Amino acid sequence: MARYESLLDACGGTPLVGLPRLSPTVPEGAPPVRLWAKLEDRNPTGSIKDRAALFMVREAEESGHLHPGDTILEPTSGNTGIALAMVAKLRGYRLVCVMPENVSAERIQLLRMYGAEIIFSPAAGGSNQAVATAKQIAAEHPDWKMLFQYGNPANARAHYETTGPELLHDLPTITHFVAGLGTTGTLMGTGRFLKEKVDGIQIVAAEPRYGELVYGLRNIDEGYVPELYDASVLDRRFSVGTRDAVLRTRQLVEVEGIFAGFSSGAILHAALAVAHEAVKAGKGADVAFVIADGGWKYLSTGAYGGTLNDAEEALEGQLWA
Amino acid sequence: MAIEVRVPTILRSYTGGAKIVEGSGESLSALIDDLDAKHNGFKGRLITPEGGLHKFVNIYVNDEDVRFLGALDAKLSDGDSITILPAVAGGALGFVAAAALLGR
Repeated sequence: MARYESLLDACGGTPLVGLPRLSPTVPEGAPPVRLWAKLEDRNPTGSIKDRAALFMVREAEESGHLHPGDTILEPTSGNTGIALAMVAKLRGYRLVCVMPENVSAERIQLLRMYGAEIIFSPAAGGSNQAVATAKQIAAEHPDWKMLFQYGNPANARAHYETTGPELLHDLPTITHFVAGLGTTGTLMGTGRFLKEKVDGIQIVAAEPRYGELVYGLRNIDEGYVPELYDASVLDRRFSVGTRDAVLRTRQLVEVEGIFAGFSSGAILHAALAVAHEAVKAGKGADVAFVIADGGWKYLSTGAYGGTLNDAEEALEGQLWA
Repeated sequence: MAIEVRVPTILRSYTGGAKIVEGSGESLSALIDDLDAKHNGFKGRLITPEGGLHKFVNIYVNDEDVRFLGALDAKLSDGDSITILPAVAGGALGFVAAAALLGR
């Protein structure tokens, strides 16, 4: 289908493309091991977060939590804010984003273009400062509405109802699904759907491992696990460092022509790990993974050029996924 | 048997500031006992009084989460690399702000 009533109706239905050059070579006579990329950058605002934003707003409207003209407040490090800004504009809401100041300049510019207002929490203050900023805003504006993507079931449901069925339709032979672990919505929703439909499917998480600055807690008890997270949906969970994420992001564009953000590089790294294990075991595999967004919003980091050391340094302290 | 362990900033008070320490053990629990013997109090920050892995601690063996590899019973081999991280990754700052707003 190529014609839609509005931009919101054009959300999802993204292409699944094979990666013949990055898929591992198998010995002669062995079953094929193939990598498939789901191009979520083809969504209306260029990221997978459009699906969750649309579902969360629709659910809030249907349940009476949101009314025309309301202000939505969303703490976000980027893509969710951009997606919500577009949905809010088209559905008639005002959006205020709270975000750490160490996100890329392009994300900030995009948010402002879509009409969102931004309140920064200082990067140097880490999570404690973010808490203080957020509490202050909430106290001053008790009428602002939150969608809370980390605990909102509509986030996971977006993927249960759209991403999962699309993958199964396009790749009935799917053996592995690999995605990034942030709010956990993509993995929980898609994972649950695929586990119900495909015997033995492996659901694999790729978690970004940032520079040390990002983990600046004072105490282990200040840690966080999103409320949507259910470990029983996952079979494996990989931690992918900045260097590996950058290396794979560059390979995506150099080898397969896919210009993606760094979280997609981290996801490819985990996808390649399970693909190579399948080759070693002599088993065939159809490994589908997510391209979460395009690389445009990260160009200003400078991490697409220079040596890997330069790139690692450029991304130190940044929330690159 | 030498196993390299990467220690997060918040636990370096136990390792004299060292980012990387070495330990040994055939399982994760044996390794943690060994580390605790060398760095007193280390174990108490990773393991709950009930004997499980702390909810907000993630431990990775060769970049893979041990909770999917048998948790404390996960088998270790010489040359393995262990990374300990607090559970905050993935839009951490957004999440903490959101949680605070909702009073959670």
